[in-house]
Amino acid sequence: MKTLLFLLEKEFRQIFRNSSIIRIIFVMPIIQLIVLPIAADYEVKNVNIAVVDHDHSSYSRQLVQKIIGSGYFRLVENTDSYKKALKSVEQNDSDVIIEIPAHFERTLIKENEAKLLLAINAVNGTKGNMGGAYLNSIIKDFNQDVRTDWVTFPRMNPMPLLDIVPRFWYNTRMNYQLFMVPGILVILVTMVGSFLTALNIVKEKEVGTIEQINVTPIKKHHFILGKLIPFWVLGLVVTAIGLTVSRVVFGIVPVGSLLVIFGFTAIFLLAVLGLGLLMSNFSDTQQQAMFFAFFMIMVFVLMGGLYTSIDGMPEWAKIMTKFNPVAYFIDVMRLVVIKGSGIYEIRNHIFAILSFAIVFNGLAIWTYKKQV
Amino acid sequence: MENKEIVIQAQGLTKRFGDFIATNAITFEVYKGEIFGFLGANGAGKTTAMKILIGISKPSGGEAKVAGFDVYSETEDIKKNIGYMSQKFSLYEDLTIRENIRFFGGIYGLDRKTIKEKTDVLLKTLGFEAEADKLVSSLPLGWRQKLSFSIAILHNPKIVFLDEPTGGVDPVTRRQFWDLIYEASNRGVTIFVTTHYMDEAEYCNRVSIMVDGKIEALDTPKNLKKQFQAESMDDVFHQLARKAKRSE
Repeated sequence: MKTLLFLLEKEFRQIFRNSSIIRIIFVMPIIQLIVLPIAADYEVKNVNIAVVDHDHSSYSRQLVQKIIGSGYFRLVENTDSYKKALKSVEQNDSDVIIEIPAHFERTLIKENEAKLLLAINAVNGTKGNMGGAYLNSIIKDFNQDVRTDWVTFPRMNPMPLLDIVPRFWYNTRMNYQLFMVPGILVILVTMVGSFLTALNIVKEKEVGTIEQINVTPIKKHHFILGKLIPFWVLGLVVTAIGLTVSRVVFGIVPVGSLLVIFGFTAIFLLAVLGLGLLMSNFSDTQQQAMFFAFFMIMVFVLMGGLYTSIDGMPEWAKIMTKFNPVAYFIDVMRLVVIKGSGIYEIRNHIFAILSFAIVFNGLAIWTYKKQV
Repeated sequence: MENKEIVIQAQGLTKRFGDFIATNAITFEVYKGEIFGFLGANGAGKTTAMKILIGISKPSGGEAKVAGFDVYSETEDIKKNIGYMSQKFSLYEDLTIRENIRFFGGIYGLDRKTIKEKTDVLLKTLGFEAEADKLVSSLPLGWRQKLSFSIAILHNPKIVFLDEPTGGVDPVTRRQFWDLIYEASNRGVTIFVTTHYMDEAEYCNRVSIMVDGKIEALDTPKNLKKQFQAESMDDVFHQLARKAKRSE
């Protein structure tokens, strides 16, 4: 116990003396939390559209107006030559072309249907896809408008208008930041936990001080606890900073209890710290550890449901996320912050993370050798 | 050397790495309070043997006891009774002199009061009082090595292992370093030291010389010079080391 106190004293001194670690811990969460949710957004805006209007009718003008008025599109080219529009796609000026054929209005009225051509530049897949989808729904809407105009007797409406009003629970305005901020906080905590611990231990290997430690009668679990506890505390500090930033900047106040958030974070940190230790046991240089940790975090984050929904993943990937501690944490953060879940609702998550913590730390202690 | 109490005993101690035999059945004894020089060219197997004796490497064969404890099964007991200073600088550069003393004292189980007393004595002996709160990274190499040695014997170990402690240190500081070694030896601490400086070999009570994993000679410097009809230890070393077949 006394040994542990000496170890902790040493670790904290070293951490607070290292200005770059302090910067990482305090500045990184603030910048990431402020910049990421605002800039990295799912919503596709500013889709550049080129309109090829061969009709020049009141309907064609109405349609174009409706498209631009939606706010998702930016008219970069309004021409009557498809060639010209295609050229602007080739130069990457426009993402979508909509071609309105000649006699569009006349055909629509006469034959009750008319063709439109959409050409989508799929180099930027998301933008093209989303742009196409938006256009489709705008055109559908336009179609509806046109038909309603024609019906003189509403009671004899040949096409019953079925209006679907979506109602989103918990995040009623589909606030994107409310969705992203808790997730980004998870990534920060994961990085502090695994990166910093792994690098810290491997640095001792590189400098050679670990050899000195290994010839002392220090107990394995003392050494490991001495490394874990400081970063466990730092992880909780980062969480507190992160929650403060999201409250001040985005006005996000967790619906659930802060106690549940910190309690779960504490267990989660144990798991990632164990992972960091484990990685350090298998690396001899900081470069190796860095690469190792980076790879793990990439997989954890991309497969964790922050940027893409787990429900939309193929079956095998869904099974993989069961072994991803970050996925559980992201889920819990959203449940507690947005929905206000309590301990009982997240009990399965708690069990899962506890198991991770036990397995990772067990392996770390088992593979740590006071031998060369 | 009057009581001849044995503190290190090695009997056919061997370490293999695959086909390579780093340490080939070495047998020797080290007595309490003596300064035992463990010489050999680079790659002769000194460091490998030393790592077994300090309990961070398991031997492939043979027997050895350090401070009465077995190198196979009682390594943690060995660690309580020895001090170690490696050729690589092994203090924390981002801690001050005082903090390093405190840390290493603490993990060897000294209480805070003892650490404080010992720190004051140590700083005074080394003349480091003014630098006590400076980071170790700001100290010149010779100073660091003296500090390293003093910290290695802080917990009064029975034996202290020094792996090329004076590499790269200037002659004046080397002399001061050896004064520290003598002082510890006079207090009954056994010194097990490897070195490449043959003038330092002359300071040892007994010297062993390893060539290609085997101990080729072991005696007092005086007797070795007689045996090899040499003027100095340097001569003795050259006569033996020339026979070496393996290089680094």
